[in-house]
Amino acid sequence: MTAGRTKAGRMKAERMNSPRATVTTHGPLPDRPYDVAVVGAGVVGCAIARALAHHPRLRVALVEAQDDVGQGTSKANTAILHTGFDAVPGSLEARLVREGSRQLAAYAAESGIPVEKVGALLVAWDEEQLAALPRLARKAERNEYRETRLLDPAELYAREPHLGPGALGALHVPGESVICPWTTTLAYATQAVLGGVELHLNSPVQDASHDGSSHRLRTRRGTLRARHLVNAAGLHADTLDRQLGHHDFTVTPRRGQLIVYDRFARALVQHILLPVPTALGKGVLVAPTVHGNVLLGPTAEDLRDKRATDSTADGLALLRDKGRRLLPELVEEEITAVYAGLRAATEHDDYRITAHPSQAYVTVGGIRSTGLTASLAIADHVTGLLAANGLDLGPVREPPPVRMPHLGENAPRPCEQPQLVAADPEYGTLVCHCERVSRGEIRDALGSTIPPRTLDGLRRRTRARAGRCQGFHCGAAVRALLEEARG
Amino acid sequence: MRNVDVLVVGGGPGGLAAAARLAAAGAGSVEVLEREQQAGGVPRYSAHGGFGTWSRPLTGPAYARLLTDAAIAAGAVVRTGVSALDWAGPLTLTTTGPEGPETLTARAVVLATGAHERSRAARLVPGTRPAGVLTTGELLQSVHLYGQHIGSRAVIVGAQDVSYTAARTIRTAGADVVAMVTDLPRPQTSPARAHDARLRGRVPLLTDTTVTELLGHGRLSGVSVRHRDGRTITLLCDTVVFTGDFVPDHELARRGGVALDPGTRGPAVDGALRTSRPGVFAVGSVLHPVESASVAMREGAHAAGAVKKWFTDEEAWPTGVPLTVQPPLHWIAPGRVTPTDRLPYVLRTTTLLTRPVLEVTQDGRELYRHRLRTAVPNRTVRLPASWTHRVDRQGGPVRVTVTGP
Repeated sequence: MTAGRTKAGRMKAERMNSPRATVTTHGPLPDRPYDVAVVGAGVVGCAIARALAHHPRLRVALVEAQDDVGQGTSKANTAILHTGFDAVPGSLEARLVREGSRQLAAYAAESGIPVEKVGALLVAWDEEQLAALPRLARKAERNEYRETRLLDPAELYAREPHLGPGALGALHVPGESVICPWTTTLAYATQAVLGGVELHLNSPVQDASHDGSSHRLRTRRGTLRARHLVNAAGLHADTLDRQLGHHDFTVTPRRGQLIVYDRFARALVQHILLPVPTALGKGVLVAPTVHGNVLLGPTAEDLRDKRATDSTADGLALLRDKGRRLLPELVEEEITAVYAGLRAATEHDDYRITAHPSQAYVTVGGIRSTGLTASLAIADHVTGLLAANGLDLGPVREPPPVRMPHLGENAPRPCEQPQLVAADPEYGTLVCHCERVSRGEIRDALGSTIPPRTLDGLRRRTRARAGRCQGFHCGAAVRALLEEARG
Repeated sequence: MRNVDVLVVGGGPGGLAAAARLAAAGAGSVEVLEREQQAGGVPRYSAHGGFGTWSRPLTGPAYARLLTDAAIAAGAVVRTGVSALDWAGPLTLTTTGPEGPETLTARAVVLATGAHERSRAARLVPGTRPAGVLTTGELLQSVHLYGQHIGSRAVIVGAQDVSYTAARTIRTAGADVVAMVTDLPRPQTSPARAHDARLRGRVPLLTDTTVTELLGHGRLSGVSVRHRDGRTITLLCDTVVFTGDFVPDHELARRGGVALDPGTRGPAVDGALRTSRPGVFAVGSVLHPVESASVAMREGAHAAGAVKKWFTDEEAWPTGVPLTVQPPLHWIAPGRVTPTDRLPYVLRTTTLLTRPVLEVTQDGRELYRHRLRTAVPNRTVRLPASWTHRVDRQGGPVRVTVTGP
């Protein structure tokens, strides 16, 4: 409440920062060449940077075009931690999703990333889909996932009483989980930075070249040099790849529009409700979120514009139409957000992770909707490729562990924890009432290793302004706290 | 666990009026839980006049202070920075605040939780998600409570009273209003106010026009609009304010299983402002999104009487019969009626009605009939309660209809 307490809190937050933590947002980039530059601070790039932070002798740069980590596909997806049951058996994606899924579940538990193992139901609405379910179960087995089970309509409706009429059966995949995508990316990035990785934001790479011994990345903030390069540029991975002379794939942004329903919708759905995949794609799903909302989406529109993250009237009408059939009561609930993400689809069916030893370069392309799940396994895989490219990783040391603020609904919010509020009343002073975000949590986020620079960044870290009123009540107060901290 | 006699959730005009009246009437310990740092509700940041009485006009902030002081002077405890989180019993609430979580049990609970405007997302307005997209509530607080910078060119979505308040606030903040946009054929405010904005304020009003898309990455760069006749245009702006389209802040009511009115989406109450949950009352904008502060205060005072009666009467908790409206009427509040109800009703229409005849019937029997001058969407239509004694407690729903001139 008092200025003194706020200051004490800030000092505490600062002390938590390692003296090595380097996050830059402006000014020229450092001259001295790095051992490795990772381009793209999405969930994959951050995971790779975190893996490299295990090697303290390496000097690593994480270069990001936007003003925050996880600003592309990583912030706008369906937030599902997959089992990989429906991947193409034998593909690289299948292996990395399977491994990454286990790794991320364990990492989430130790880092405070919200995860809920709600399980998925692939719901069949016609005979063709019903006939596909046993095939999917067999495919899951080939992907080493053996826990699927077929449900008859009675069992399906017992599990999902609010499901629309006409479902013929379902395949239950109990291992599918929902996760907080923002906390995951931020946890990786924070741990990477605390482990010595230098994060350079606002540094879009305009041109890249390799002169035989080092890479030169020309950015808006000057040129950055590195001996080894990792391309984790997501939607722009093909552009960067071409600048280095490779024409292996083309990224076609596949837009997914999603609608987020308010908390009261959460009681309507217990599992991730997946459509049965058909020739026309994966279709629209309904999924609970770890934040206590319900997602409806995504659309799947192949586009050319890599900035087309706008929602459309047609897309939203289609989603509401599908939602009405899947879960009729859902569309009666209030909507808290609408967003659109672009998946980095390519003409290939698998990830395009390729080592180019002669250039000391690794391309991490075509990471579509499974990138979040596979991120930690991709990072290990890429680290191996870098070593094979000639990078001397040196000794191993665990970077400092991170404990992220828990944004999930499956644990009490700080304002509900008596000891926490007694120790610091700022945790009992709510600013965002819909999401029950206290001034203490906002203060912590603003003083964190990778602080938010915008209201959107603050929302992803705290959930402030993410609720039903979308800032009607708290928007100005939250903005005041951000502006005060940013000076 | 602590016990009080009356717990009022929400320290806006309705809640404060109820608390003041109850405390003055000796209803025992009366405690108001206000989640913001200051009590007073929306008037806190409604810097314009128009509050108070005609003999003693006040600005919103002065009015908010007056109401708060009056409640405290009457003996109510007004606790700010304290949020009611959930129910832990029939009349027991869990709360939190700087002093930590607490459980409070009361003999009566008054819900006065207010309302908010639907956000751009809730209105399903397509486009990008840039900065510069506000509701009136956020705009007014930004300008009047925090002195924050608003962009330089704003489009106002809506042409009702609150929209004109938003327009004035934009100009106070030194920005231009590019246009006001309404999907209805006419502005929904007093003719004087509409003329003044158009002629003196030089604010263009686009009627029969909807916002079809928000444009811009990072910061808003414009909004695309479409006229009913198919014409489209892009209005260049860096700020857009979505006004009106209020929804009740009914979270606590719903969490408590309180039945909602299908029209207002607020708690369904009878004329004594009793919800479906015994001992739980509701007043103010949570009932009818939204009416003026004076309507909320009137309800607060009225609910105080009902609470006092609840404390003394052994009468079973009556629920009344449903009071429903037929299109083009949108909703009515209260939405249930008992023969003893005396509180005037507020209604809304979805279309403009000229010289409509308002008719109240039960099972085909006429209870009341009256010709109005006009009924304008998004503006209050009033219905007196002079007919309620003719309601049959055992009868079917009471219907309110309008017929043309």
